[in-house]
Amino acid sequence: MASNSENGTAAASKMQVTDDVMISMEKVNKWYGNFHVLRDINLTVNKGERIVICGPSGSGKSTLIRCLNRLEEHQAGTITVQGITLNNDLKNIDEIRREVGMVFQHFNLFPHLTILENCTLAPIWVRRMPKAEAEEIAMQYLERVKIPEQAHKYPGQLSGGQQQRVAIARSLCMEPQLMLFDEPTSALDPEMIKEVLDTMVSLAEDGMSMICVTHEMGFARKVANRVIFMDEGQIIEEKEPEEFFNNPENERTQLFLSQILDH
Amino acid sequence: MTKPHKFIRTEDAPLLPPPATEAGITGWLWQNIFASMADFHSPMAALRSLFMIFFTLLLVYVFVDQTYGLLDFAIFSAVFTDPETLKREACWTVAQGGSLPEGWHAACWPFVWAKQKFALFGPYPEESLWRVYVSLFLGAIGLAWVLLERMPYRKHVGVLMLTAYPLITFILLTGGNSDTSFGSVGIWIITGLALISIGRMAQAGHLGSLLNDLSGIFGVLGWSIVILNAIRGIVAIDFNLQPVGTGDWGGLLITLVVAVTGIVASLPLGIVLALGRRSNMPVISILCTIFIEFWRGVPLITVLFMASVMLPLFLPAGVNFDNLLRALIGVMLFSAAYMAEVVRGGLQAIDKGQYEGAQAMGLSYWQMMRLIILPQALTHVIPGIVNTFIGLFKDTTLVSIVGIFDLLGAGQSAIADAAWSTPVQAITIYLYIGGIFFIFCFGMSRYSIYMENKLSKSRSH
Repeated sequence: MASNSENGTAAASKMQVTDDVMISMEKVNKWYGNFHVLRDINLTVNKGERIVICGPSGSGKSTLIRCLNRLEEHQAGTITVQGITLNNDLKNIDEIRREVGMVFQHFNLFPHLTILENCTLAPIWVRRMPKAEAEEIAMQYLERVKIPEQAHKYPGQLSGGQQQRVAIARSLCMEPQLMLFDEPTSALDPEMIKEVLDTMVSLAEDGMSMICVTHEMGFARKVANRVIFMDEGQIIEEKEPEEFFNNPENERTQLFLSQILDH
Repeated sequence: MTKPHKFIRTEDAPLLPPPATEAGITGWLWQNIFASMADFHSPMAALRSLFMIFFTLLLVYVFVDQTYGLLDFAIFSAVFTDPETLKREACWTVAQGGSLPEGWHAACWPFVWAKQKFALFGPYPEESLWRVYVSLFLGAIGLAWVLLERMPYRKHVGVLMLTAYPLITFILLTGGNSDTSFGSVGIWIITGLALISIGRMAQAGHLGSLLNDLSGIFGVLGWSIVILNAIRGIVAIDFNLQPVGTGDWGGLLITLVVAVTGIVASLPLGIVLALGRRSNMPVISILCTIFIEFWRGVPLITVLFMASVMLPLFLPAGVNFDNLLRALIGVMLFSAAYMAEVVRGGLQAIDKGQYEGAQAMGLSYWQMMRLIILPQALTHVIPGIVNTFIGLFKDTTLVSIVGIFDLLGAGQSAIADAAWSTPVQAITIYLYIGGIFFIFCFGMSRYSIYMENKLSKSRSH
């Protein structure tokens, strides 16, 4: 964790960001009944960028990224992913979901399938790959997350950290353009958080675009191009990590940082 | 000032075997039987222990006594043969005119052997019984093949059992050679093929955009017509078998036909209804709810009665539904409604995250249901599903209300035979019939436990 590698990573990461717009959210608003949960969200994400979203609970961070793959519907504004508009057209939604992978807080692995079957399911049934090819790719990614020997076990037999790494490998098997992480380490025991964060850092170093909702500020500092702070459904502040942590301008950001950076 | 507590372990504490009351046979005996009887540390506890001892001894006595009584009735004191064809006199005591000692009260098995063919197959003509044996034999082999883990090609045999087997059985049991003319079958098949071709052309865009959108309907209609008429055609072939109408079937044969049809139809129908009830589209959801609540709201007897007596009143003159078919349809719809609720319970138990994980990967609705949700949901409710099957199997006895001769009905008519009239006549045949039901129902129950164990091992939950 020498500052050398930290700076090196940040510098290298800046070089991989391109000008291709991957995600564009304009004036996005969402309501749950009467509750206005997302207010005037404007966000652009380029290919190769890593965004970290943080904020107090109930601020709408999870809702925001869940809108990106239509697990939640937005009622106003436009969202475009890879040039495809996100609306009620099922074909668009399916196309977007093929290119966007998601990792959940509670893993959401399929308990009745082995690890290998979990990973090959989507390539076989969505991309129509033959089984042998899908298994090869799955084993590659399982090696990437450093658990190839668990391929024939069931999720219930693995630890939390291993399960989350399988969930990451499962999303990677679809070879998405963008990865969404919804508090990936929040449900893990402390000793397992490191192995998952290391996997995510190595993904970032390989140039994967990602949007990550997390409380792990060390990870944000190391990997993010931009850190976004959300509160009460709005984006309050959006800056590069160094600026964000050293020089927060909005009061609410300062309050939040003081609470979570203390311990 | 107290000294601060400090401890450093220098060598590991030994790993010891557990005491006798924890593990092994003595452990099992202690925990399951003797622990509740050995607590005398206070008057209240002593009272409880004495009560447990007394109650356990009472239960053991009652159990042994009743079991011995049953075995005595059925086996030890029973009459098994009737070498002189005395019929009822073979089971009479001396006082009544027979040869058995005073106070004899046990099963009269010759009565059952004499009535057995009738109880199992009803009035099915003797010369054609071989057809029943063949279809039962094929059914048993097919069932065993599909149910046992290690058999190869289980899925293929399963598909055959659901498609070819009912057709073969229908022809074997009824004799085929139905009245349908091959001419009419031919015309319908040609119509169906024409519809399929129209559908294909519409799909390719040759017939304009309106028909292009509707091309799916042509295909479905066309294939349904072709398949239905192919079946009609096969059933019309003259295999040179003596025709046996469904009115001549009876006994266990009817029970199995009704139960198997109900069981096999209720699961897929129930799944579709449950998914429909939980659908986001209000029309589908409301329709499915109405269907389920209606069929659950009326007793099966009423359903059978209405299907049998009232349905002919509503049909145009000359259209005659076979009586057994009416009962079968009533049973299928009734049990599908029950199964729908059992499956819905299982669907509700699935964590929302499973749906989200599947959707996030781009799986379609039916892929998600088939690959992820239903396997888990159905596994959760195996006890409920098998419960419904077992209940359905026993409910088939209600068809006697509508004049269909099932196993129980055959037993009751056997009792009416005066040539076999003895005090134990009814008990014996009910014991026999009860035994048959028990074999089937307990068999289903045991298989379900085997399935549950196998599935829980593989998921290690």
